[in-house]
Amino acid sequence: MIVPYFIIIPLLAAFLITLISSDDDRWAIVISILAVIILGILSVIGFISVSKEAIVYSMGGWKIPYTVCLVLDPFSSFMLFIIPLIGLAALLYSISYIRHLSKSWKYYALFMLLITGMNGVVITGDLFNLFIFMEVALFAAYSLVAYGGKAEEFEASFKYAVMGSISSSLILIGIGLTYSITSTLTLAKIAEVLPGQNPVVVNWIGAIFLAGFGLKAAIMPFHAWLPDAHSSAPAPISSMLSGVLIKALGIYVLIRLFYNVFGLPKIFSDIFLVLGGISIICASLLAISQWDFKRLLAYSSISQIGFILLALGIGTRMAVFGAIFHILNHAIFKSLLFFNAGTVEMALGTRDLRKMGKLGKVLPITSTTSMIATLSVSGLPPFNGFFSKMIIIIAAIQAGFFQSAIVAVIGSVLTLGYFLKVQRHGFHGEKEFNEITNVPSTGMRTAMIILAILCVCSSVLIIPGIKDVVFDPVIDTIINKTEYIQLVLGR
Amino acid sequence: MIIYLLCFILFLVGLYGVLTKRNLIKIILSLSIMEYSANLFLVLFGYKRDALFPILEKGKEIQSMVDPLPQALVLTSIVIELGITAMLVALAVRLYQKYKTFDITKIRRLSG
Repeated sequence: MIVPYFIIIPLLAAFLITLISSDDDRWAIVISILAVIILGILSVIGFISVSKEAIVYSMGGWKIPYTVCLVLDPFSSFMLFIIPLIGLAALLYSISYIRHLSKSWKYYALFMLLITGMNGVVITGDLFNLFIFMEVALFAAYSLVAYGGKAEEFEASFKYAVMGSISSSLILIGIGLTYSITSTLTLAKIAEVLPGQNPVVVNWIGAIFLAGFGLKAAIMPFHAWLPDAHSSAPAPISSMLSGVLIKALGIYVLIRLFYNVFGLPKIFSDIFLVLGGISIICASLLAISQWDFKRLLAYSSISQIGFILLALGIGTRMAVFGAIFHILNHAIFKSLLFFNAGTVEMALGTRDLRKMGKLGKVLPITSTTSMIATLSVSGLPPFNGFFSKMIIIIAAIQAGFFQSAIVAVIGSVLTLGYFLKVQRHGFHGEKEFNEITNVPSTGMRTAMIILAILCVCSSVLIIPGIKDVVFDPVIDTIINKTEYIQLVLGR
Repeated sequence: MIIYLLCFILFLVGLYGVLTKRNLIKIILSLSIMEYSANLFLVLFGYKRDALFPILEKGKEIQSMVDPLPQALVLTSIVIELGITAMLVALAVRLYQKYKTFDITKIRRLSG
């Protein structure tokens, strides 16, 4: 019965923070960090206990088709592990970074609301419930993007909110259409009823959902909000948005809907392949021309999401392994890079790569960890990014998608290119700095060191013995189309 | 069938407004129109002509009922939209304080 606590704990933490904090943020920090640690422990316990049998929790004690159910299977508990992992690092980083902006508990309450929404999206087994938790997460995200209170941040937040509302309307229409042809909103029940329906209507529903959730995932034609929102937000929030939010709200839901519910029709796997390829190449080319550090990282996020989508389009067992491994790896190294960008911005007061210079002496930890993250995102061994990208490319070749494999290789080379630009101008430039105004605090340094160590350590997940334990149950739930239905509705 | 078509036209009206209007407030209004059309769409699925509300009473046999679930969904989504609209209006007010205009073509510090 641990399932509802994934939603209760962060929601309770948000409530308690607003209740007991007056104008001090000390208790808010303690409560939020405690809540995130408990969530992390719970997710590990959940992962171990669901490796044999998934847990289904029906709210209110009603039977499945009449209730909202929560489903904890290996894939959702894998995502539930990533959220508090990045959340903990972001909170450690936030302590002094947010005091630098304004000393307030409101940030932590909104942060907990963000985690509530994402946990809810990941754990729910009901289509409309998913929509509600998605709106909760997005509502917190809009406010957190505008948290700094500068003109650009309001602009980015407004843009994000308008785009998000359009996609939410599309999703609502898609939910209505689904309900009209299946008479149910439970995902497993929909999956059971859907194959007998008119394929034209099913494809239309798929297209509407692809547009709606594709916008949340920032796939290439729907990406316009991401570079503004992710570059304007405070650094820990950028890392949460780029590291977790676009995956929990976008990629996770796409996998759940198109693999488990729709059963991956051929037309959608082709669309995934094409959109993934476009995202990889175009976003990489756009990233090369950027001089704003965080904006470059935001474009890089779109390109890495393209890798995940490409792997999902291939759809073989190995490709899905590459996709979920890349979800974990991208969360780790992109959060780390946003932390680096935030530290540099705090110390030098600029995000422009041309105004940075030799930072190795004044910011040694930032410089070193950014080098590790760069090597990781560009896909050099022995860092984690190398393995997931290699698996995706090998899977593409094995399945006979040679164009996709070439696109992925070109994308990796371009990634290396624009991150070499970051290193060359941003951290090893000519300009010398002897003194900086704001030295990064212990919390910020700890967060960066933890993620840098994880960049190297998560490579061990590739070793067959460990991979069998960690990834095989996750891949099984994604690949086996009938198993999800049986898990929820009973055999 | 024609009523679904009208509902779709209402959606397109909202989308047209979001894409072409330059005033922040008009964009927010267009978004609301779009969301209303989505809600209307849901309610239409549950509607049946000459049907009664689905409450069982003793000694009363009801032949046809409307589907109550879409109405419950629409209530929830109206509450969400209220929150989002309030958020957007608050952002528009702050944007006006910063830029002294509601014109979206003049609010352009972010680019690329």
